[in-house]
Amino acid sequence: MKNILKYVLSSLFAVFMFAGVSQAADPIKLGILEDETGNFSIAVIPKIHAYELAVKELNEKGGVLGRQLKIIHYDTQSDNTRFQEFARRLIKKDKVDVIFGGFSSASREAIRPIMDKNEQLYFYNNQYEGGVCDSNVFVTGAVPEQQFSTLVTWMMEKYGKNVYTIAADYNFGQISAEWVRQIVKENGGTMVGEEFIPLSVSQFSQTIQKIQGAKPDVLMTLLVGAKQASFYEQQAAAGLGIPMATSVNVGQAYEHRRFKPPALENMYVTVNYIEEVHEVIKSGKFHDKSKDFVKRFRALYPNEPYINMEAANAYNAINLYALAVEKAGSTDMKKVRRALETGISFDGPSGVVRIDPKSHHGSHTIFLVHVDKGHVVKIPKIWENIEPYWLGEAGCDLSKKDDYSQYTPSNPPSN
Amino acid sequence: MVLLFNIIFQVTDAISFLLLSAIGLAVIFGMMKIINLAHGEFITVGAYGTVVTAKMGLPLPIAMACGVLVTVIFGFILERLIIRYIYGRPLDSVVATWGISLIVSQAFLIIFGPSTEGLKSPLGSFQVGDYSFSEYRILLIFVSFLILVLLYLLFMKSSFGTLARATIEKPVTSSALGVDVQKVYTITFCIGAGLAGLTGALYIPTMTAVPSLGQAFIVSAFVSVVTAGASPFVGLVPAAAFLGSFQTGITFFYHATIGLIGLLFAVIMIIRFLPSGFSGLIKRGR
Repeated sequence: MKNILKYVLSSLFAVFMFAGVSQAADPIKLGILEDETGNFSIAVIPKIHAYELAVKELNEKGGVLGRQLKIIHYDTQSDNTRFQEFARRLIKKDKVDVIFGGFSSASREAIRPIMDKNEQLYFYNNQYEGGVCDSNVFVTGAVPEQQFSTLVTWMMEKYGKNVYTIAADYNFGQISAEWVRQIVKENGGTMVGEEFIPLSVSQFSQTIQKIQGAKPDVLMTLLVGAKQASFYEQQAAAGLGIPMATSVNVGQAYEHRRFKPPALENMYVTVNYIEEVHEVIKSGKFHDKSKDFVKRFRALYPNEPYINMEAANAYNAINLYALAVEKAGSTDMKKVRRALETGISFDGPSGVVRIDPKSHHGSHTIFLVHVDKGHVVKIPKIWENIEPYWLGEAGCDLSKKDDYSQYTPSNPPSN
Repeated sequence: MVLLFNIIFQVTDAISFLLLSAIGLAVIFGMMKIINLAHGEFITVGAYGTVVTAKMGLPLPIAMACGVLVTVIFGFILERLIIRYIYGRPLDSVVATWGISLIVSQAFLIIFGPSTEGLKSPLGSFQVGDYSFSEYRILLIFVSFLILVLLYLLFMKSSFGTLARATIEKPVTSSALGVDVQKVYTITFCIGAGLAGLTGALYIPTMTAVPSLGQAFIVSAFVSVVTAGASPFVGLVPAAAFLGSFQTGITFFYHATIGLIGLLFAVIMIIRFLPSGFSGLIKRGR
């Protein structure tokens, strides 16, 4: 009897001990919502791997605040309904400390209200149309003042002032096209045409003839997804031959590697990172950082087809979050948010990314990438440390005043 | 003159896309009444069959033939394993083929990854006035009409066609008359699968090779076959011609989004006012 009691007591003690230990080492839970399958998976898979790389590296260094990081990832299947469903699950059931994710702007807008309702800290790590001024949201991807103010101006100087835009018909394409329109106007150019194309369209004969009829000097192609990507092969086959510029291709779904040349001949893209950075730039800090990042990435994922700019953004996001948690000394979301609003910065694969306290967006070095006839990549220009200035200048200041909106050039913050 | 050529090209290009989207489905859904939601995956099989064999160094036309052959074999296996149990059960066929579609597209994702390097459009381009056109797309237009003529002859004029239509219409009677019903079904299904594979083979040089590429054809395929009506090989050309010109016209004056809305609106109107489709209209006219 005494023996049994002893046994019971000792096992109870062991259970408490174990529970106590696991309490102290409870991992920090990172919820990830990314499209591992579906229309956007090509561009998103490197991103998922970048999250895993960043978490693995941090855990090997002993975690954050002595706690390990743990990823809870749901495949959102390029489907906005899935995003909402899994966002609720991460918040209510898994009770994660932070959520990362979203590729298309439609998916981000689908879950942003859920984040706001639950005051959930959320990182959107993708280039996009800009303008999200939201207390709970941090953005590590590039925005139009970084990608378009540079690109459109450069293209108009080099090729001429008549611009034609074709864009995916949803919030990303519509708002990006508005940015292009505004920058073209500011620089004394003319929009000779604009067409918005549903994501389901894969046949572009009519679009190509319309462009030829308008005779633009520069063609802005803001096309998204696997179906719309067929435009490039079709325009090359039809011999369109107009210089193209974009913020989305090459840097996301590596079309220059996937398509047979010369589908992307004479395409210009502004990116905040691509895998070729260290191959094109032979020396210096950008060379070294990129080379090091690629080496570590490929050690973990040797068969990754391409390491795109969103992979760098995802990697930066996890590290910025970890720095903020260290700074806040807690995973409490309000404290982490304030820590992120201190002008925190991380030295990532393409240099320093600093979070602007007013808009919650990151500063970036922007590379102008040119794709030639054989799909060889060159970098004719680098703009260093471009701040995400537009929201702050327009009146968004999240460090002082809460907000939960997305603004556009035609609909700026009113105050 | 330039404008006229441009308009004719745009309209016929749209029509040929609708026709080629629909050819396989016209047999499997139009004739055999299997609501084949895996139609897109049949197209994907044909497309990947073409890409893989072309990368092995085969000339494009032979690679395309291989793509078709692979789809026929794929169709044969599916017919033997699953489809033959669901003849005459159209609602069950929705669930079964949807399941097949999910499995196949995920299998492609696992085997080939999210994207494979595609093929380059063969032939070149030519100039008319300010406009330039892809020669391959012009070829596609002719090929699509040629295939439709051949299909019409096969199913409406040949003895096999008569046998197939009779068997599908009245399986019990045909069986009593000594027809090997099962065999006729299998052959017809394989023809449908092969045609869908041909769509993939013909279009893959103009598209990106992704596991979901077949889904780009699904809407066009179903609207064409549904509006074609009970006798798809009679109704398909007028249905595609009407829908294609309607969509092109609207896209010409507005843009692609309105064009797509217009297309679907036209389909609703046709189903409402011509419930038996274009083939019904033609039969009534006779």
